[in-house]
Amino acid sequence: MNAALLGKDLVGLESLTPEQITAILDTAEPFKEVSERPIKKVPALRGKTIVNLFFEASTRTRISFEFAEKRLSADTVNVQAAGSSVSKGETLVDTARNLEAMRIDMVVIRHGSSGAAQFLGQRIRSNVINAGDGTHEHPTQGLLDLLTLRDRFGRIAGLKVCIVGDVLHSRVARSNIWGLTKLGADVGVCGPPTLLPSHVTDLGVTVFRRIEEAIEWADALNVLRLQLERMTAGFIPSLREYNRVFGVTTDRLSRAPKDLLILHPGPMNRGVEIDSDVADGPHSVILPQVTNGVAVRMAVLYLLAGGSPDWASTGGET
Amino acid sequence: MKPVLFANARIVDPSQGLDEVTSLLMQDGRVAGIGRDVHGPEGAQILDVAGLVMAPGLIDVHVHLREPGQEDRETIATGALSAVAGGFTGICAMPNTDPVIDNQGAVGFVKAKGEAAALARVYPIGCVSVGQRGERLAEFGEMTAAGAVAVSDDGHPVMSSHLMRTALEYARTFGIPVADHCEDLALAAGGAMHEGIVSTRLGLKGIPAAAEEIHVARDIILAELTGGHVHLCHMSTRGSVELIRRAKHRGLQVTAEAAPHHFTLTHERCDGYDTSAKMNPPLREAEDRDAIRGALADGTIDCIATDHAPHHYDAKEREFDDAPNGIIGLETALSLAWRELVLSGRMTLPALIDRMSCAPARLWHLGGGTLRPGSPADLVLFDPAAEWRVEPARLRSRSRNTPWAGETLPGVVRATYVGGRSVFVRTGDPADGASAGKRRQA
Amino acid sequence: MGRVLARMASELVEQTASGGDLVLVGIQRRGVQLADRLAALVAPQLGRSLRRGTLDITLYRDDLQAIGPRPEVHETRLPADLNGAIVVIVDDVLFTGRTVRAALDEIADFGRPRRVLLAVLVDRGGRELPIAADVTGLAVNAAPDDHVAVLVRELDGDDAVDLIAGATR
Repeated sequence: MNAALLGKDLVGLESLTPEQITAILDTAEPFKEVSERPIKKVPALRGKTIVNLFFEASTRTRISFEFAEKRLSADTVNVQAAGSSVSKGETLVDTARNLEAMRIDMVVIRHGSSGAAQFLGQRIRSNVINAGDGTHEHPTQGLLDLLTLRDRFGRIAGLKVCIVGDVLHSRVARSNIWGLTKLGADVGVCGPPTLLPSHVTDLGVTVFRRIEEAIEWADALNVLRLQLERMTAGFIPSLREYNRVFGVTTDRLSRAPKDLLILHPGPMNRGVEIDSDVADGPHSVILPQVTNGVAVRMAVLYLLAGGSPDWASTGGET
Repeated sequence: MKPVLFANARIVDPSQGLDEVTSLLMQDGRVAGIGRDVHGPEGAQILDVAGLVMAPGLIDVHVHLREPGQEDRETIATGALSAVAGGFTGICAMPNTDPVIDNQGAVGFVKAKGEAAALARVYPIGCVSVGQRGERLAEFGEMTAAGAVAVSDDGHPVMSSHLMRTALEYARTFGIPVADHCEDLALAAGGAMHEGIVSTRLGLKGIPAAAEEIHVARDIILAELTGGHVHLCHMSTRGSVELIRRAKHRGLQVTAEAAPHHFTLTHERCDGYDTSAKMNPPLREAEDRDAIRGALADGTIDCIATDHAPHHYDAKEREFDDAPNGIIGLETALSLAWRELVLSGRMTLPALIDRMSCAPARLWHLGGGTLRPGSPADLVLFDPAAEWRVEPARLRSRSRNTPWAGETLPGVVRATYVGGRSVFVRTGDPADGASAGKRRQA
Repeated sequence: MGRVLARMASELVEQTASGGDLVLVGIQRRGVQLADRLAALVAPQLGRSLRRGTLDITLYRDDLQAIGPRPEVHETRLPADLNGAIVVIVDDVLFTGRTVRAALDEIADFGRPRRVLLAVLVDRGGRELPIAADVTGLAVNAAPDDHVAVLVRELDGDDAVDLIAGATR
């Protein structure tokens, strides 16, 4: 069995080298073309069984993975698991072992606890892909954001990208920070201090106190979704104030010195972190992000499968 | 029990200002005499313990014995065995069991179980509040009459300053300390590790140092207001150390403890989401660890207490967020203290014995902590030159949750005596911790 | 190489004389360059329109594990409507036949050609599937462990056919 380019699992971008990240982006290119064909399918992963193990509800990410899996001709099973080990009965360890006993080739896991993907990956032989673990990482989102930026700018190195919003609770932000810094971009973060993690500058990013400064500086903005719970938990006084002070509005963008690219991981709170006109406007690449999402996920599955466990040759029991 | 003469031990007893290689006679359960010319009566057993250190038995004021209610993790008996294997002759049992120890019957239960085990002396601690709910005071009087030596709601902080104040005032009547778990729950809520660069990288909610320091400051102020004795549990931050230092400088009746993990490990140990590094208060930064070491050296922190917290393997085999806090510590404490504090040159051995035996006994008014002739023969013999490998399956505790699994530590407890009875002897089995530098007894 | 390709071009024109929309599809990588050159030679002789396509069959291979740690998938571009066209698959070396099988599968996912032909520069024998070329540049008798490679000016700086005996032993 070959040692695949990425190892057994994709847990996060923090542990990848720039070469590995670039290889994934390069591999995603031909997969974009597959989605344009009349028959949107290639047999590359034919006969592979992939389980989408989602402990958190997520329509868009799950559907994106499902398309990626089906377009590679894999067999897909969706499991909507309930809550955490403690609250809902079967532990993650037992879930993992049951899957392994069914000879699953790959597991795509989304879970509410940081570290859950790594936890699973250490305990089963199947490939594990992190579709979002707690507030730790969401590597495929980071990758599709990178691909989208590369599509538009032709490069990542030297790009000025500012992540705007609730960075503290955002796994998308963390994955982006890792991916962008590794490929040589200048990364900024902007948001209320209550929503920026302590020691964030130790990650190599610049902090912008005001959105106007960020807009002045950046080539692209990655606007994060602001969740309602942040208001009830006291991190910000109100959504209205957040929009007034930190919202990416048409007005603010009109004063940008450059044509800023606007990214958003979705789903959007129109009128809170981003104005509708901006989201639907000419600088928004929100929809291309979604298209790239399927291609990137196909690339990741394809590259990992190259090193997936060969159940037949290992003859059954571990 | 035959009288025993221990010959050629390096006897370290700070309570007498003693640190010399000499002999000790143990008779009728007490220390009968210390000195080169001391000899036993006819028929006394003579043990040549050259190369070993003898000290008053160690005392741990912060141990979780899990009985009643969580006997799958530990019982009073297994905890007492783990204690003597670590050189402890006295342990204070925290009351956050199931049900909690908030009444005289429960206190009596713990005391009786400890006596039945007949290993380390078990001193029950009663709750500050009924049910540990933080609403009204438990019956300190009834509980102390039944044997409680202190009160604590450990596991939880006493959030209400009013309750903490009344507890300190009321405890004065009985001369017992109020041991507080210092944590501002509003700041700490949901946190799984120290708030810092590591928690940011791992995407885990952090507990800022301020959460501990705010309660430390409050408790110091209340100690001054009430004249009561507050004992600060498991100190972990340099800010706390600073506050305590200033309080002592002003002569306030504030005592404090620190656990071995807080002077040994830092938050980097949580990398990889290792749940054996998850405890409350959490492992902190290197500067905090260094401050704890310095505080133990200069006495700002009075004693070492393990916060021995047994958890079942399944419980720790979980996502980091969901894993319970705590590690066992009775059997590794002396070795870690020996390595981190004495071998490193930060403290002398007599100072260490003070922190691990004399001070807890003195400050909590417990027996022990001394080898003065006439006192009960609670003593430990340990070999500073030997090493042992921590193998969780071989530990005496019922639980296995230790971050030092597989590590080789210096300093091996050879024997422990309580009231003149041998309650623990390490066998000659190499797997049981005998290796280079093993001494033979005559 | 020029002469061989010229002969191949004539044969191709002969075999497709019955008429119909012709599509020359080169298999990545060197089949693409060969298809380009063949197209240039065929077009003047043909008298009707000629379309080009490129095909990467990596995603259709039957040996995913053997791809290696860093698979490179190159461009696939086929004309929109293949239905009823005559497709000529162009490749550099025909050996086991598995590459051509993969190419047939992939083309089938794009449409239903009226006819598919195979043109290869080198046929080295050693077939593992019932696949035969319609137009062959040269036939070589190679042992299973010999290495046969085609070099093209555009990618390798020179035109050549290499046979290295025992190279894969």
